[in-house]
Amino acid sequence: MYPPELLYTKDHEWIRLDEDIGTIGITDHAQKELGDIVFVELPKRGDQVTAHEALGTVESVKAVSEIYSPVTGEITSVNSRINDRPELVNEDPHGEAWLVKVQLKDRRETDNLMTADQYEAYLEGSASASAAEASKG
Amino acid sequence: MATATGQQALKRTALNAVHRALGARMVDFAGWEMPVEYSGITDEHIAVRTRAGIFDVSHMGEIDVRGPGALALVQHVTSNDASHLKIGQAHYSALMYSSGSAVDDCLVHRFGDDHFFLCVNASNSDKDFAWITEHNRFNADARNVSAEFSQLAVQGPQAVAIVKKLTDADPGSLKYYWFTHAAVAGVSGILARTGYTGEDGFEFYFAPEKSEHVWNALMEAGKPEGMIPAGLGARNTLRLEAGMALYGHELDEETTLLEANLGWITKLDKGEFLGRDALARQKEQGTRKGLIGFEMIDRAPARDGYPVWSGNEQIGRVTSGSPAPFLKKNIGIAYVSRNGRAITLDPGQDIEIEIRGRRAPARVVALPFYKRRR
Repeated sequence: MYPPELLYTKDHEWIRLDEDIGTIGITDHAQKELGDIVFVELPKRGDQVTAHEALGTVESVKAVSEIYSPVTGEITSVNSRINDRPELVNEDPHGEAWLVKVQLKDRRETDNLMTADQYEAYLEGSASASAAEASKG
Repeated sequence: MATATGQQALKRTALNAVHRALGARMVDFAGWEMPVEYSGITDEHIAVRTRAGIFDVSHMGEIDVRGPGALALVQHVTSNDASHLKIGQAHYSALMYSSGSAVDDCLVHRFGDDHFFLCVNASNSDKDFAWITEHNRFNADARNVSAEFSQLAVQGPQAVAIVKKLTDADPGSLKYYWFTHAAVAGVSGILARTGYTGEDGFEFYFAPEKSEHVWNALMEAGKPEGMIPAGLGARNTLRLEAGMALYGHELDEETTLLEANLGWITKLDKGEFLGRDALARQKEQGTRKGLIGFEMIDRAPARDGYPVWSGNEQIGRVTSGSPAPFLKKNIGIAYVSRNGRAITLDPGQDIEIEIRGRRAPARVVALPFYKRRR
């Protein structure tokens, strides 16, 4: 389900590293939680982004959610297809619906991100925690 | 980690397992675990506008009022004039505070000369029943019968064709906001031509133990017409397009019926009722805020709570804001005021909605945003 070549955040973003360029998107879990995505607001090429700070927002019919940057750096590329087809994020969140590419300032920032296995365990952990919550009397 | 204190178990409708089996995304809504979406809000919304959708709205509350004092009690606590209701007829109304604000909004059905049946919001049903009981100086027999009813809504242009297959009653001849005691799929209940979507359709009240049978029969009957299950997400976007108020958004303890554009259910000439004096005074002196509809010019949706600006003045806040799946626009409702007085804004007028610290252009539009062709 979750591609092993990507790294994942607790806020449900992914990043793919290619030398010091990181490609960023939101995870399949995130798009499912949001439902039908109708608009994605992204930064411009040349903008600076900071790790753990918002780099944009995803708007679905029912909710708005911030996209947090996994890394610090400069935006080198923005996926313009998302502007015309925001539903791509629902259809192919780990592939065609990448959002931005960032020139990393410090690659060590990615050391604390989760692998696919760790992210899946993290999702299962949060699911059983909320199930336990729901079943409480 | 979950904590042992403060967590109340969520209430479940009789169809909880059915929703899960259908792959619904379940959420906590007013203490109920309810389906927010199945195939997706957009898909479900469009199905209701163009074909049909079926909603489990069994979380809604029901209050039965009967006895010689029933009409007097209903007249005292609600704003609309129930004396004009014929047996078999229903109307939209509000349960009132003496301030002119609503305890809740509701549907009042007249079962008999001395027998009424109120459908109220799930989140308010206990509060509503306590309020009615407290004001029952008419010796009416008022009972909270919420647990005795499941409620399914079949909504959309194909609703008549679908429901007709399962009942001997003639649903197509039932007038809008009338109801009949009828069996659907062999289960007796109350079949009302009412809804909260802006489409034609029915709401069927019946015994909870028959829920799966009735749901399955309706799902099967609706297949040829393309009916699909729809959740609370689509219910909200549908009611918003239709310009209908939602308690906790357009209505609350701080908002009078006149401010909420509900003068049409405020019958000041029917005689005494809770809130009448305050509303009569406000009608004369003017309201403190005015309700407007608006649409966004650009692509970012407005959301509940966003500030509304006119020039360099903040004039209000959004009470409901969302993408509108059928209209394919971003729409919203807001209250606007200046110095504690309502402002009148005409359709076409420019305003701005503040989205994450930036102001985005919007335009005032007439309500409702969507009106079905009859």
